[in-house]
Amino acid sequence: MEQKDQELHPMDKWLRSERMPHIWCPGCGIGPTLYAWVRALERVGIPRDKVVYVSGIGCCGRGCGYLKVDGFHTTHGRAIPFAIGIKLTKPELCVNVISGDGDLFSIGGNHFIHACRRNVDLLVICTNNFIYGMTGGQLAPTTPIGDYTTTSPYGNIEHPFNTPHLADAAGAVYVARWTSVHVRRLEQSIAEALKIRGFRYIEVLSPCPINYGRRNRFPEPDDMAKWLRRSSIIRNGADTSEAQIEKEKPLILGNFVKRVGKPTYYDAMKKLKEKVTREAKAEK
Amino acid sequence: MRKAILAGKHFWYGDIAIAEGAIAAGCRFFAGYPITPASEIAERISKRFLDVDGVFVQFEDELASIAAILGASWTGAKAMTATSGPGFSLMQENIGLGVMMETPTVIVNVQRGSPSTGLPTLTAQGDVMQSKWGSHGHYEIIALSPDSPQNAFDLTIRCFNLAEKYRVPVILLTSETVGHSAGKVIVPPEDEIELIQRKKPKVPPETYLPYKADKDLIPPMACAGEGYAFTTTGLTHDEKGYPDMSPEAQEKLIRRLNDKIRKHREEIVEVREEEMGDAEIAVVSYGQVSRPAKRAVKMAREKGIKAGSIKLVTIWPFAEHVIKKWAKQVDYFLVPELNYGQIYLQVKREAAGYAKTILLARMGGRLITPEEIYREIRRIGKK
Repeated sequence: MEQKDQELHPMDKWLRSERMPHIWCPGCGIGPTLYAWVRALERVGIPRDKVVYVSGIGCCGRGCGYLKVDGFHTTHGRAIPFAIGIKLTKPELCVNVISGDGDLFSIGGNHFIHACRRNVDLLVICTNNFIYGMTGGQLAPTTPIGDYTTTSPYGNIEHPFNTPHLADAAGAVYVARWTSVHVRRLEQSIAEALKIRGFRYIEVLSPCPINYGRRNRFPEPDDMAKWLRRSSIIRNGADTSEAQIEKEKPLILGNFVKRVGKPTYYDAMKKLKEKVTREAKAEK
Repeated sequence: MRKAILAGKHFWYGDIAIAEGAIAAGCRFFAGYPITPASEIAERISKRFLDVDGVFVQFEDELASIAAILGASWTGAKAMTATSGPGFSLMQENIGLGVMMETPTVIVNVQRGSPSTGLPTLTAQGDVMQSKWGSHGHYEIIALSPDSPQNAFDLTIRCFNLAEKYRVPVILLTSETVGHSAGKVIVPPEDEIELIQRKKPKVPPETYLPYKADKDLIPPMACAGEGYAFTTTGLTHDEKGYPDMSPEAQEKLIRRLNDKIRKHREEIVEVREEEMGDAEIAVVSYGQVSRPAKRAVKMAREKGIKAGSIKLVTIWPFAEHVIKKWAKQVDYFLVPELNYGQIYLQVKREAAGYAKTILLARMGGRLITPEEIYREIRRIGKK
């Protein structure tokens, strides 16, 4: 093949091409999400060596091994605290957590709300596919009521999280929801979030045709993508409490929250240090 | 503002000595969750980090605390957490991640009575085997056990040096007795404290392989934001840090992770031997029990019993070569410990065929007295 030294795609420099093909199934929404993310990084002009990508476990967790940035594939649920350790000791880095709904909201749920509360300067992107994909389609904390999974064979009886509302209530400074079929708007939203400091959260509704779709009214590979496109309505600034995902109801997308003036954890810490140092000097 | 190293003579609790030892070793990131009897370490650091521009975070739990110190270490920072049994249990999964990613970190476990909530305010040594095998999988780790506030200060610095050198989480396995007893601590001047820093890559990013080890089996470590664009994972991986699900990759990686500690055993292991020259009964102890053990040996010698003392400063890797050596001379090893026999089993294994090993077990809650150990020495001596 003559194409060896040729750049095949403008985003190739972000990709560890030698690791292709990736593990994701055809129709999966993780790839488009990562594409929107690297496009946004380019657009905002963040140098590649300042970008850190931390992930947890699951399909989405594997992403950091495919991109040519400092990548940390950590344990299940612990991506956020791991990322906090990086950010607070090297604040000049652009630290991103990209992980799945099970990782961020089930096993890692506590870390998520506390990071929102503390306002640590992180961008957290959740690819929400309503299911545990990698382990074979078990019930997730985001699975809609009534849906079938391998561990809710008679239908789910649990109420799912409305993750943008959760992030909003816990104090995130930027909250948005898009889907992996709204790549252009998602990219714009990520670019906007990259320019803000503080805890920023973007939920990306993402198809899992294999483990969610085919058990839940989306038998064809592209049915879920079509559903995400057709049943969504964009309402920027919408009240996050109204963004609960329910069957037969429209999916509300948009940039919901932009909180101004809340100091980041690092800034508050620095300010406190300055204050105490000043007071100590004055006493002398 | 005070200095990082408070050179001079102090009267400190063991927990305070640990906090000061960490600061003296260059620790600038601490993550923790309140727990008796380790909270004093976090309290001291939360105050003192202001003097040294460190980052202290009280996290939502121990799961987050251990994850955060791993992350911090990957920017090049020296990072520590401190806890007790229940928190130590919660940390186990990410101790395994630290082993797998080869992340230098220090974890302090101020042991208390256990299992479960046990005796929060009272002493024990029940977590010896958990330190070795607490996380899943076959790995080697380093654990040191201090017997006094001075020793706690010194060993905390050594923990950081070992972590940096071998790229492994190092456990300071102390206990309530040491943490909550006060004693004289002499802090040496800065230029007398020897510090070891991790190996950095000497090759450009294009040729850097994050998990290609040198001859000493330890790979040089690039950190986040240094331009190496490396990837690391808790999955079994190859020299590039890429996941590799083959038995060959598993065989190679797990052997190296274990061998990098095992092959340096004699360098890592520190023991203190006293009166061992002609000893027929050796008391093998560690942590706070070393002090009554030493006293008991002295009492036995006064009565003409040929007793000696071996204090294990390094718990893991185990001092196999030391026990093997003395097993050829002594008739008995007596192991007093505040559990139902953990280090006892290690000693027994190494001594098998040469010397008998006897356990003096107390379940914790209080220290073993010199008299109790002496009585046992006397009983053995009459056999």
